[in-house]
Amino acid sequence: MDQSGADEQGAVARVVATPAALKAIAQLIAERGPVMFFQSGGCCDGSLPMCFANGEFVIGSHDVRLGDVGGCPFYIDARQFKVWKHTQLILDVGAGEPEGFSLPAGEDQHFIIRSKVFTAAEQALLDGT
Amino acid sequence: MTVTEETVALGMTADGTFVAPGQPGSVVGVKPRYENFIGGHWVAPVKGQYMKNISPATGQPFTEVARSTSEDVELALDAAHAAKDGWGETSLAERAAVLNAVADAIEANLTMLAVAESWENGKPVRETLAADIPLAADHFRYFAGATRSLEGRSTEIDKDTVAYHFHEPLGVVGQIIPFNFPLLMAAWKIAPALAAGNCTVVKPASPTPWSILKLAEVIQDIVPPGVVNIVTGPGGEIGKALASSPRIAKIGFTGETTTGRLIMQYAAENLIPSTVELGGKSPNIFFADVMDADDEFLDKAVEGLVLYAFNKGEVCTCPSRALIQESIYDRFMERCLDRIRKITQGNPLDPTTMIGAQNSAQQLEKISGYVDVGRQEGAEVLIGGEQAKLDGELEDGYYYEPTVLKGHNDMRVFQEEIFGPVLAVTTFTDEADAVRIANDTLYGLGAGVWTRNGNLAYRMGRAIKAGRVWTNCYHLYPAGAAFGGYKISGVGRENHQMMLEHYSQTKNLLVSYSTKPLGFF
Repeated sequence: MDQSGADEQGAVARVVATPAALKAIAQLIAERGPVMFFQSGGCCDGSLPMCFANGEFVIGSHDVRLGDVGGCPFYIDARQFKVWKHTQLILDVGAGEPEGFSLPAGEDQHFIIRSKVFTAAEQALLDGT
Repeated sequence: MTVTEETVALGMTADGTFVAPGQPGSVVGVKPRYENFIGGHWVAPVKGQYMKNISPATGQPFTEVARSTSEDVELALDAAHAAKDGWGETSLAERAAVLNAVADAIEANLTMLAVAESWENGKPVRETLAADIPLAADHFRYFAGATRSLEGRSTEIDKDTVAYHFHEPLGVVGQIIPFNFPLLMAAWKIAPALAAGNCTVVKPASPTPWSILKLAEVIQDIVPPGVVNIVTGPGGEIGKALASSPRIAKIGFTGETTTGRLIMQYAAENLIPSTVELGGKSPNIFFADVMDADDEFLDKAVEGLVLYAFNKGEVCTCPSRALIQESIYDRFMERCLDRIRKITQGNPLDPTTMIGAQNSAQQLEKISGYVDVGRQEGAEVLIGGEQAKLDGELEDGYYYEPTVLKGHNDMRVFQEEIFGPVLAVTTFTDEADAVRIANDTLYGLGAGVWTRNGNLAYRMGRAIKAGRVWTNCYHLYPAGAAFGGYKISGVGRENHQMMLEHYSQTKNLLVSYSTKPLGFF
């Protein structure tokens, strides 16, 4: 991951993945086929990124595709996006099995989100696009 | 406290702490492993797999439960379907007697269940003894009464035509329980389902499957076989198998928004109803007049703010946004911070402990991540803000300091449920400003309003878009008070007689007592 938050093209990415997360995604795809991510909110496991077999979760017309991680789409609810959009989401891996319906990030691992508040310069680039 | 016959009988050590489940002298027995509870029996998982069950107090495993698969869900559904006709036809008096007997059994095992719940969840035993377990028992009694007092209605359409309305059971329902109140939330779901004449297949939360199995041990000779079935395992596997099964007539779920949508999606595929409770970001609003006198009420209001630390903040209705009128902010917050400093954190099984352990390493990590975001966003840490390091056998437990962040409502720490002992506090100018900030959220589950002015309290209560507005109180959960969300906090209600409608079909018999033909053909 580029710690500046920029992707390969130099644009500011709304979602990026750590090497550990990319490795877990590649392994999941090899074992189960393509996957997708949806950023959750609310109670219990809320705030965790949920990973599903691609197509398992029906994307609604008001969901926002934040970007792709490891070749997989990453979505968020449009209302949630409004209050999260000043932060970059960094997909990572944590210890322990997922507690909800999400696929694991490898054995005894789960996906997590770290967040970084965009700098004014990054925000300006995003707002310009 | 010294070792007396009394403390030993209570399963306590010399310092008055309950002995951990499974240890010599504990009131809670622990088997090395637990199977699924299906058809009134303990049934090994088809694939023979088990998973470790951890106590968040120590971070150490203390037993194993079945790591079930979809085959086990099918077995539970078989048992439930075999039982549904018999249970559905049981008279209301008999059904209520079973529910009351469940309540009696819970009460008779109150200490055992309270210690089990505390050890598995990490919540302080003083809470499980005083709230979780007594409320669970009362919930069964409430629905025993509610189902007997629920009447079908009849309408005289005309002189010779009558529309009768009967409540009929749905049949077999699926219910998915969260980890924050494993036994109480199980009671909230199981009691109305059974009262309405349904059989249920219950999936406990993956981190907290065991205390419900201890409850099953207590009630297995009371509830007829197959009426309550419990299958443990990972949500992605058996949660999906249960929620998407065409063999259930309704799905009840408490959890987060994405899984809530997934549950409704599965329900749509099978054209069945769902009830989903998905969390909140509840505002707790303190008007200036709470400080008009230095009295018992002010003391109650201060406690009302500090209730964000109840159950270490792992509550869907956690009052995690405090809105304080700016004219009293400094004086009021000073009192609150003083009270927060006095919170004692430690072994959940010590009856003097006020805040225990977060439920899992995942939760602890999430809380830390949120406080980090808050700091980046410019929130000021008024107290706490770090993991709490405890000693001895608790050193690997999941503890977080009671924390207060001061900031503004646009910050993510004001907008997302952190599910930890983290309060986000801000100020407001007047009533309109309070309503604006309170409703500036995606969620609408709970809210609190504190004022000595009854008219203001009423106006605020009606203006806040939330399913429950606690007025001059907070965190009371009596049976009979409807609970559920506005906005994305969910769909449906729990905890009230109206639940019986949600777990019933309406049968209309439209009967003609006339002998005359219509005359059309």
